[in-house]
Amino acid sequence: MLHTINKSPFASDTLETCGRFLLPGDPVLFIEDGVYAVQAGNRFSSMIATIQKANPVYALAPDLDARGISAVDEGVTRVDYEGFVELVERHQVNSWL
Amino acid sequence: MNIGILLKEGPYNHQASDTAYKFAEAAIKKGHTIDAVFLYNDGVGNVTKLMDPPQDDRNIAARWDELSKKHGVEILACIAASKRRGINDDVLIEGGTITGLGTLTDIAIRNDRLLTFGD
Amino acid sequence: MGNTDIEENTDIKKIMHVMRHAPHGTIYSYEGLEMILIMAAYEQDLSVVFIGDGIYALKKNQDTHGIGIKGFSKTFMALDGYDVEKLYVDQFSLEERGLTQDDLVVPVEVLSSAELGGLMKEQDVIIHH
Repeated sequence: MLHTINKSPFASDTLETCGRFLLPGDPVLFIEDGVYAVQAGNRFSSMIATIQKANPVYALAPDLDARGISAVDEGVTRVDYEGFVELVERHQVNSWL
Repeated sequence: MNIGILLKEGPYNHQASDTAYKFAEAAIKKGHTIDAVFLYNDGVGNVTKLMDPPQDDRNIAARWDELSKKHGVEILACIAASKRRGINDDVLIEGGTITGLGTLTDIAIRNDRLLTFGD
Repeated sequence: MGNTDIEENTDIKKIMHVMRHAPHGTIYSYEGLEMILIMAAYEQDLSVVFIGDGIYALKKNQDTHGIGIKGFSKTFMALDGYDVEKLYVDQFSLEERGLTQDDLVVPVEVLSSAELGGLMKEQDVIIHH
């Protein structure tokens, strides 16, 4: 199951909440303000590293670019909207609003 | 693959409309069918033809209208949510339809995926 | 005849509604409930999960008279009559709010995050409110 997160972790507990329900192997895709979570060197970097032990992590590149985020946490894969569609092809979706 | 979209936020106030549109565009480009975009909560504000943003900005209602006409995507506004917010047939874009939540249930049943965009 | 039955069963989808917003402050919980009531008529495999502030919609003793907004906590009691019997509450969210099942207007099943995660994995459709 693909989990999408669209909230800044500094403004909302969505990342922490979603994190409790992830099953190993479930991909996580950060979109919209959610992408602030994967900016390298922020307070959530260790949490992102922990998630990545069991779950692949993606971030929507146009949202990163729009927010001036060029350095993302190690292991995070940048995808465009086409990559978003490919994740949806492979998984049912759980959009954490 | 057949995909339905549920959009729960109004235009401009939140990026949800834009992400939903970009996703739909990319999915169609990859050969998928976007069956319908169902508008709920403040999302019903996406289909009023009265919106008139500055010329250098995107016109979100016109964009949905075009998606409907070019690719046969149904643009559906929930009737209960629309009534609350003053959206009716008089202000609706040509490609839009006001319908009930039963239609959303059908969309959920008949598609391979239902994606939600919102706040 | 048997084939017809199988055909019908494959049409039944597992649809989960996840209530995440507190009532009154925003309309998401109320309109979410309206959506659930309509979907209940379609004989799908529906479940409703309360996570985070979503739990507050079930809190007993809500009196919305003073704020001028229609209360709806009692409508959750009617879900049983619509054959929506799968009501789940996230244990972590309940406990961190200092609440117990006795504080809620309807009987619910309290599950761990891991158990709810497993249920989510089985769903065809998940809608957050």
